[in-house]
Amino acid sequence: MSRQFTLAVTVVLISTTVQAEVAPQEVAYGEYGAIDTSLSGAPGDPASGAEIMANRGQGNCVACHAVGALDEVPFHGEVGPPLDGVADRWSEAELRGIVANAKMTFPGTIMPAFYKTTGFIRPGDGFSGKAGTEPLEPLLTAQQIEDVVSYLMTLHEN
Amino acid sequence: GSAALATGAIAQEANLVIDGEIEIVTRAPAPDHMENVSEIVSGWEYRSPETQAVQMDDFENPGMIGVDNARADFSAAMGPDGQSCAACHDNPESLEGARAVYPKWDETKGEVQTLEMQVNECVTERAGAEAWNYTGTRMTEMIALISSVSRGLPVNVAIDGPAQPTWEQGKEIYYTRYGQLELACANCHEDNYDNMIRADHLSQGQINGFPTYRLKNGKLNAVHNRFKGCVRDTRAQTFAPGSPEFVALELYVASRGNGLSVEGPSVRN
Ligand code: HEC
Ligand code: HEC
Ligand code: HEC
Repeated sequence: MSRQFTLAVTVVLISTTVQAEVAPQEVAYGEYGAIDTSLSGAPGDPASGAEIMANRGQGNCVACHAVGALDEVPFHGEVGPPLDGVADRWSEAELRGIVANAKMTFPGTIMPAFYKTTGFIRPGDGFSGKAGTEPLEPLLTAQQIEDVVSYLMTLHEN
Repeated sequence: GSAALATGAIAQEANLVIDGEIEIVTRAPAPDHMENVSEIVSGWEYRSPETQAVQMDDFENPGMIGVDNARADFSAAMGPDGQSCAACHDNPESLEGARAVYPKWDETKGEVQTLEMQVNECVTERAGAEAWNYTGTRMTEMIALISSVSRGLPVNVAIDGPAQPTWEQGKEIYYTRYGQLELACANCHEDNYDNMIRADHLSQGQINGFPTYRLKNGKLNAVHNRFKGCVRDTRAQTFAPGSPEFVALELYVASRGNGLSVEGPSVRN
């Protein structure tokens, strides 16, 4: 592929992404918390999703969840259930809803909402301890959520 | 706590004995005012055997260096008349018992005072000197000294009478889900103690061991700085050390430890 061609493709992808992206305030959750369509308008990348789940500065999902398939990552938490086999228990739409705002699926859950930007008590500016201004940046972008969901969809019971 | 659970907890032998002498109660039946927990447990129980061992010997415990510094400071002259703590309180041992009952209602001031506020009252109003920084080294070391002479005594802060509204305020803060992560103290330290959160073994967030010498930052840590760190970690705007909110929270959290021994300066990671 020529360099110019790659560039052209990237530009097209970005522009469609921007058009189809659903903003955090506009997400339509189903009665039980599911989200039917991609938040970014594009498919997710499972490899990137795995990284986001392990990275302390991003999803840091393993802080609370053990994930067998990520056992090369040290220190998995026990605050949430292990995510092994999660693709057998939930549909893609349900998983998207859980990652975007788990409180829509599990009322009152400890799990943070990763695609929510308003309605917090004493919201901070990141981890600075100083006041933040709503709407905050969501914890994960629309595309990062899609990446995580596409990785979760690979977690079948063997 | 219910009576059935209480007997099991009391019958236990002390796990933590400092210098072969000071017996520390690290597990006790929960006080009656606690609704969701039957046994209260010191943070010491959740640390690794290596970290635990450091606290069992005062020569090994780096927090005791701060205690020694404060012991020297206790008789240092301050203010226009060259007052010192020792001029009014003889020796630190005369303050035995104080740590166990603070924060405490102060009749004259009409407010709940932490030990830091009491010390600063003595420094400014009695000695006429400048207030010490609430979480500064000098203050934290003095609090460590005052704690050390109460080690082994049961924490016993009063939550009724005039202190009650402050206690209620602290309780409300304890259960409020702050910040972008929408997490309350209770989510981690009541719902999930003994669980791992990434590499951290969650304790009940008790404060009977404060000030704590943390191996992580190599110094004595004041209780309000720990509160600040935990609130900051929820991606929230924190409260300031010494603020009315943290004073109330301290009273409430201290009361969740009524029955554990005073342990400070403790060792944590
Ligand atoms: C602070 C803790 C915490 C964090 C961080 C966290 N979760 Fe959760 N999660 C939970 C808890 C607790 C539950 C169980 C739901 C409940 O409250 O009943 C849960 C449930 C789930 C479920 C449903 C599991 C099942 O088998 O039913 C999925 C999927 C999930 N989380 C994915 C994630 C992903 C992906 C991330 C990161 C982007 C994440 N979680 C971050 C605590 C957390
Ligand atoms: C000039 C006298 C004076 C000086 C100097 C002084 N104090 Fe005090 N201190 C008092 C008095 C009087 C009280 C009792 C006040 C009260 O009960 O409200 C008190 C109370 C206390 C208490 C509370 C005791 C309890 O059981 O409730 C502590 C702790 C304390 N002082 C520590 C210190 C320290 C540490 C210093 C030096 C940094 C210091 N004081 C300097 C006079 C003094
Ligand atoms: C996201 C989880 C989380 C939340 C929310 C949280 N903490 Fe913590 N806290 C920790 C961790 C992790 C530690 C270190 C391990 C331990 O001792 O539990 C800790 C330690 C502590 C300690 C030190 C305990 C000791 O023995 O030295 C205290 C005290 C404490 N927390 C109080 C609080 C209070 C009060 C709040 C609410 C304002 C709070 N925490 C909110 C995670 C949390």
